[in-house]
This record gives sequence, C-alpha cells and structure tokens, in this order.
Amino acid sequence: MATIELRQVEKKFGELHAVKPMDLTVYDGEFVVLLGPSGCGKTTTLRMIAGLETVTGGQILLNGRDVTWEHPSRRDIAFVFQLFALYPHMSVWQNIAFPLQAQGVSRHEVRQRVAEVARLLEIEHLFRQRPRGLSMGDQQRVALARALVRRPAAFLMDEPLGALDADMRERMRGEIKRLHIDQHATTVYVTHDQVEAMAMGDRVVVMSEAVVQQVGTPAEVYYDPANLFVARFIGSPGMNLVPCRYLGGAVEVPGAGRVALSPVWDAALQRALGPACDVILGFRPEAARVAPEGPLFATVYASDMEGGYAMLHLSLGGEGGPVVHVRASRENRYPIGTPLRIDLDPEMVRFFDPRTERAIRREVGR
Amino acid sequence: MEKSQRRQRAPIVEAIRVDKISGGTRLVQAIRIVLAVVYAALSLIPVLWIGMTAFKSRPDATAVPPKVFFKPTLEGFVSLLTDRAILLEARRQELLQHLDELPWYQRLMVQQGMEVTGPSQYVGRLKNSMIIAGVSTVAAVVLGLLAAYAFSRFPVPGKGDLLFFILSTRMLPPVVVTIPIFLMYRRLGLHDTHIGLILLYTVFNLSFSVWLMKGFLDEIPREYEEAALVDGYTRLQAFFKVVLPNSLSGLAATTVFCLIFAWNEYAFALMLTTDKARTAPPSITTMLGRGGIEWASIAAGSLGFLIPVVLVTFALRKYLLRGVTFGAIRQ
Repeated sequence: MATIELRQVEKKFGELHAVKPMDLTVYDGEFVVLLGPSGCGKTTTLRMIAGLETVTGGQILLNGRDVTWEHPSRRDIAFVFQLFALYPHMSVWQNIAFPLQAQGVSRHEVRQRVAEVARLLEIEHLFRQRPRGLSMGDQQRVALARALVRRPAAFLMDEPLGALDADMRERMRGEIKRLHIDQHATTVYVTHDQVEAMAMGDRVVVMSEAVVQQVGTPAEVYYDPANLFVARFIGSPGMNLVPCRYLGGAVEVPGAGRVALSPVWDAALQRALGPACDVILGFRPEAARVAPEGPLFATVYASDMEGGYAMLHLSLGGEGGPVVHVRASRENRYPIGTPLRIDLDPEMVRFFDPRTERAIRREVGR
Repeated sequence: MEKSQRRQRAPIVEAIRVDKISGGTRLVQAIRIVLAVVYAALSLIPVLWIGMTAFKSRPDATAVPPKVFFKPTLEGFVSLLTDRAILLEARRQELLQHLDELPWYQRLMVQQGMEVTGPSQYVGRLKNSMIIAGVSTVAAVVLGLLAAYAFSRFPVPGKGDLLFFILSTRMLPPVVVTIPIFLMYRRLGLHDTHIGLILLYTVFNLSFSVWLMKGFLDEIPREYEEAALVDGYTRLQAFFKVVLPNSLSGLAATTVFCLIFAWNEYAFALMLTTDKARTAPPSITTMLGRGGIEWASIAAGSLGFLIPVVLVTFALRKYLLRGVTFGAIRQ
C-alpha cells in the first residue's frame, strides 16, 4: 500500500486552469474523497495521479518516489472508471485477468488470483459472460475485481457509482467501503455527491473552480466549513447563512432580533472584525429549534415533511426576510405565515467574514 | 421503484425493441420489408441474367426472343479461359474418333470445330486483378487505420486542415487526372506494372479509409485504452489488444468498400496497363471484338469477376451488419 503526495500540482488547458496548484497527502490506507461540483477539477486531479493526464506543474510522489512523468502502466495504480470501461470483446474472466497478464504472472497464479477476487465480490458465476449483458451492479463488481486483482499500491475511482440507480448505489457504497476496510487500500475517490463523500471518506477534499476549498474529515467540513462555498455546498440543504451585524457581545439579525454570543465567539469576532461590523451568521438546520422564548422572530415561509422530521423554511424578521431552514418535530403543524421564535445552539453557530468569505475561527477547539 | 428495476435490466437489444412496436408502425415495417424485397429482386435481375447467359450455348445466348429455359453448357467458360484454334476438317475427324479420350473441355470445343491450345490471357488478368486489388486494399486499410487512430486520439497540429486535405483528393472525378497520371507513370516507369496500379488504388482508397476508420474509432470510448494503460500495457499494446478488436466491424466495412473500388476500377486500368499488369475489367470488354460477340464468354467473365467480391462480403457480413449501423458498437 502507499502514500500519495501532490506538491503544487496544477493543470492548465491552454489558458484555462483546470486545477490550480494544490497540495495533498493521502496517507497509507486512507480513503480520501475529492468532492465538488462538475467542472471543479476533481476528475482532472485523479487522472493526473493515474498518469492519464500530464501535469502542467508540480510533482506527484508515490511512496516518496517521484512518478510525475512516469507512464501510467508503471505507476502500479488501479483506476475504476465511471462507466467501468470493461473491455467489451473479452469475457468477465478475461477482463479480470487482463492486468495480471500484463505483469507476466504465471497462468496458474492468474487462475488462482482471479478466482480469489471473484469469490470476494461474488461474481464467479459470471466468468463466461460478456460485460455487455451484465446488470450495472455486476459490471461495477467486475470493474472492482479488475482493479483489486492486481493488488495495486492505490485505487483511484472516478464517480464509480454515478451510473447506478439509487438502490444499487446504496448497496455498492457499502460494498466499496467494506472492501476498503478489509483490504486497507489507499483510495482516492471522486464524486459530486456530498452524501456519498460524507458517508465514505476518511477525509474529504472539497474543490471548486480549480481550487481546493477545504481538506478535512467529514465532520470537519460539515461542522466547521472553511468558507462560504463549503458551508453552502455541504449538507442538504446547506448551512443557513444570514447577514447580520456584530455589536459587541451579540449579533443583530436585521428585523429579527439579537443573538447573544458566548464569550469565546465574542472574543473571536472582536479580534477578527473589530467592534461594530458586518458579519455572516451560519448555522445548520439542526442547530436551531422553535422556542417561544427564542431570540429570533420569523414567520413560516413553507414547510416540507422529510419523513422523521419536518423542515421549516422560515423568513427571518417576517415575510420578505432571508429564508433559513430549521428542523422541527413532525408532530406540530406550521401553516404558512405562522409567526414563531427560534433559538440557536450557541455551540453550533459559525461566523464568516463577508469580505473574504472565510470562516472566523475560535481560539479554543480545533 | 419500478423505474429503477427497469433500468437495472440488461441493455435493450433488437428483440426487445420489436415487440414494443405498435400496430401502426408494424404495418409500416411490413411495407418497408416488401419494398426492400422488391428492390433487391429488381436489382438482382441483371445479375441473374448474366448468370443465365454464362451457361448458354452461343445460339441460345443470341436467340430472339430470349430463352428463359435452355440446356446449360460450360462453353462460355471454356472459351473465356482458353485460347483456341479452328480445326481443319482432317484433324477434326481424327479428334472426333478419339473423342472419349479427350478431356471434357476439349470435347466441348471439338464439337464446335475448335481445338483448345492453352489457357487464355484472361486467367492471368484475373490473377492480376486479385493481386492488385488485394494488396492495395490491405495497404489502404492498414495505413488508413493507423492514420485514423492518430487523428482520433492525438492532438495533431493542423488536424482539421489535414483531414480536409485528405478528403479533397476525392473532390474531382478521378478520370480528370488520367492524362497527367498516364504521362507521370510513363516517365517513372510505372506504366503497365503491378506496383503502379497498387500505388494508385491505395492512394485513392486512403482518403476514404482514413475518414471511415476515424468515424469508427471515434465511437470507441477512450476509457478502454486508458483502462489498458493503467492495467499495465503500453500505448501500442493497448491499441492491439483493446482498440483493434473493437474496431473489427469498421475494418470489415472499410475493407469491403476499398476492395470493391479496386476490383471494379476500369478507366485507370485501361489507360495505365497494356498487358503485363492488365486487370480483368478492361479485358472483359476487349472480348467484344474477337470474332463476333461471344455473349456467353462475356457473361462468364462477368460472373467469375463478381464471385470473389461476393465471397469476401459474405465472409465479413457478421462484422458488416454491425459496421454499417455505426453507433451500435457503443456499450
């Protein structure tokens, strides 16, 4: 297994930056997810690691060895493509054996190892079939088997679940995660689905517009987004972001009321912005609750049933104010226009500087 | 839920699609089939007529009204493939006495008052046709495949211009350049040589084969090669092990089209060859003038000329059917 290190790696197509210089270290056995909207450079990054795309600048190291200009066939990396790229003219068995034949592994061992991974993925009964006739889920398993059979230094996966339907995606998500744990394989996984990223990644790399926005554990990017983009992008719906004014000891949401700050946040805002300044208040839907004595006034704009709970869309300060999402118990009904008050969990609020769009950090904690 | 199940099913194949056709479209389909059969039958009538004439005796071939029922004979083929001499009466009588000892073709000719003296030139010309069409087809397809692969996969500088340039060789009727090429070939000593015609047919077919193969290669997803690269193969190995097997239908289609062109070409063969490298098409027409019109021989020559192309097309039909429907090779 292996460590992958990117040092100031960048990619330009003509004048266009597909990936701006980025640093990233994927540790041995780690599952790192590259997450971002389409066109953010995540797939290009993955292809550069595989050697399918040349780099414009920077270095790629595999286990400390510089492989920046190494041919893809000599990097000892397996790649799982979005549409699987199973060779249509070969049987399932031939597909899986293909990478071993490149290495000149003896026939006997090829047979043994193909049988071994096929048992692991439960696809032995498909050996003689052509990939074309297989279900998407089985094609996915064959593609995984072809990657696994080599025992490569690292796995790269480019939206491997993108072509599957919802049920199958859920199942294969579990299977891939389980495989990763069993094999303890260094994996870089690309997706645009943040639910997938949060569920699977040991760490998540959030990218947007060719730039890495944040690298952190799923909990870090969820609870402590580094900037407004990450705050909006992670979570469905994203973090509530409300422009307000810092008044020393409290922030005022125009028309809705004042939220008192904990001493830690007060000190942090004081230090970051100085007294009396505009700031953006952020909180997750589950960080707020409907409470008669809450500091903020709002009216119901709309409400959705989300199964176990209701998601309220509230206009802060009454109709026409900024709309925020708040989770509420599904027992109570809130007709449109109902006036109510909400309270925020002081530990769960976050603040952003409206000029730089970056998060303001507290002294304590991380 | 139902939708997700449906999507999970195997990819749609022809058989599934047919039962989805509604009654109305089924009627349209039936009309189409009838039209196709009628058209095929109409276009086969000349071929059928050639086939019949080839087996007719001389009087039957020229009979008015044309005979549909006749006693088949191989006279036409024998006179096509052999040189003969008119027999003098004495010699004829002598041969007639030993008729049973003579080979069948000699027997046939002696009854007509002729004697077979050796194989005709047509045999050599058919051989020339095979060599020239075969070699030029292989050359055009191989070169075309390699060029098309480069155009399809790599950022070739001036790609658009080059492709247009290649296509532009097809923009004027080839006959227009027969005179300059004739003069050129005389100078270069390529006149009446196999290599001369092979070169010419290869060049004519190359533009066609590059464009056709590029179309087929563009249809093969790059991911297959990329998968082969990360699986540990070099670019060349990936080409042979992954791209080539997936472009077989394209290769078959290109081969058949190139072969038909090279095999049928008449004008250049007539201008640029006299004897040594003369191919079959111009020599069939020269039979018109030899001692009256030997319709049976001409028909036999035409029929024999059709057979190789029919055989090749038939052998490759499995790939062709997929090849002519282009997009169908995508997974």
